[in-house]
Amino acid sequence: MKEVIYKVVSNQKIARDVYKMILSGDTSAITAPGQFVNLKLDGFYLRRPISVCDCEPGHLTLIYKVVGGGTELMSTLLPGTEINALSGLGNGYNTDKSGDRPLLVGGGVGVPPLYKLCRELVAKGVKPSVVMGFNSKDDVFYEQEFKALGADVYVATADGSYGEKGFVTDIIKRLHYTFFYTCGPEPMFRAMSGVMKTPGQYSFEERMGCGFGACMGCSCKTLTGNKRICREGPVMNSEEIIWEKEVKG
Amino acid sequence: MRRLSVNLCGTSLDNPIIPASGTFGYGYEFAELYDINILGTFSFKGTTREPRFGNPTPRIAECTAGMINAVGLQNPGVEKVISEELPKMKRVFNKKVMANVSGFSVEDYAYTCERLDHCDEVGWLEVNVSCPNVHGGGMSFGTEPKAAAEVTKAVKAVTKKPVIIKLSPNVTDIVSIAKACEDAGADGISLINTLLGMRIDLRTKKPVIANKMGGFSGAAILPVALRMVYQVYEAVKIPIVGMGGVSCAKDVIEMMLAGATAVEVGAQNLVEPLACKYIIEELPAVMDKYGIKNLTDIIGGAHNG
Repeated sequence: MKEVIYKVVSNQKIARDVYKMILSGDTSAITAPGQFVNLKLDGFYLRRPISVCDCEPGHLTLIYKVVGGGTELMSTLLPGTEINALSGLGNGYNTDKSGDRPLLVGGGVGVPPLYKLCRELVAKGVKPSVVMGFNSKDDVFYEQEFKALGADVYVATADGSYGEKGFVTDIIKRLHYTFFYTCGPEPMFRAMSGVMKTPGQYSFEERMGCGFGACMGCSCKTLTGNKRICREGPVMNSEEIIWEKEVKG
Repeated sequence: MRRLSVNLCGTSLDNPIIPASGTFGYGYEFAELYDINILGTFSFKGTTREPRFGNPTPRIAECTAGMINAVGLQNPGVEKVISEELPKMKRVFNKKVMANVSGFSVEDYAYTCERLDHCDEVGWLEVNVSCPNVHGGGMSFGTEPKAAAEVTKAVKAVTKKPVIIKLSPNVTDIVSIAKACEDAGADGISLINTLLGMRIDLRTKKPVIANKMGGFSGAAILPVALRMVYQVYEAVKIPIVGMGGVSCAKDVIEMMLAGATAVEVGAQNLVEPLACKYIIEELPAVMDKYGIKNLTDIIGGAHNG
């Protein structure tokens, strides 16, 4: 963890309500794909946790969806704006577990953290399959970017307006894979938990207070003890997750 | 350093800055960012007799100039705190620490405090009779003078360490409760805990917090905290640890003028993990600006004339 002042390089809409923001600044605290940064935004008390889509020394890419006041403000930030961030938060995905045919499954704005993961897996010499699920054609983003990395890419939309009609699980059922990594909404995780044939890693989301483990605001129970989504997570191993019955409102 | 030092219940602090319980864990996360030995001390995560997971999530809600939490005293229980957390804490913090204790019965409080009385690292017991996030205990002890006095007496009977009772602002008359604790032998009073609050999500039309309500803290509550510290200072002779919405060095000075001997910083640690470091660093310049030589000179200063 490190406190860093980033500067907005660009901030552009890439799909419906979805923006891609490139920041410049110290990225040395980010050591694994699936980690996040926690952004201080003017006029908001709590920081906003956003997953890291990609980073290299000196530059950071975030992809976020406008869902509330904080992300709405983010979408208006112009190049040159400075943002105070806590950088390099959370545990991230473990690429050592991938095997030679890893499967990456992203739902909506759960797709971004898989990009850096995919890039690192390709660099390791394995060929990932990427399954992306969106509601509709207007929501789709980053299909070409994943293809450009050399991954096999499959897109599903719930309304059938782009790619295959259906859910990520419809595609997953016919694929062969050695391990899986996923990020997306919890209903998608629940559907996946019933069909996945190998162990994998899920990246969870929760309302956070601090984002670095101090407040216990985002705790969850697992088979290996209580964990803080922000600290011991957001990435959890499939073997340790307790799938509660009811879906949170 | 001397300009900032204060004496809290017989122990000298290098400065009055104390991260508040529940906003600082056991200090490890913050020790990654700065040397936490610069702090006066810190109050570690509220400890109960048995381990607790706490409330369901979401436990956190955003507010204007503040936040609501309904964590519900998640902690590993006093035995694990003593066997695992205190030894780990010792590696990052070499001063006496403040142990924050909660309970669900008078016996619980006494048991947990008695266990912590044996720990050399613990310099003060901060007894929380004011947690708004647990049912059937916590806050109920702090909303009634007789019950608060009973807890105070029971804890005083099992420890030689200074006992500071942490009070709830969710009461009609905080002064009578503070006085009851003083009469029962409390060595200090800390206030305020969070204000009971709630938020409703416009999309789901339901409370944001799973527990529906939670404790409101952050910059917005400073005026309420100042008022209560001021009132309690008029009524008791024992030292007061003031807290509630403190975010910068100026707030610290205001809190001390109201009557606080030491000042806890809470929610600000969560949004700015370096907050306490910044406050300690900026205090001398702010003191100079307002003609303050030593911080001890200004405790309760707002009451004179």
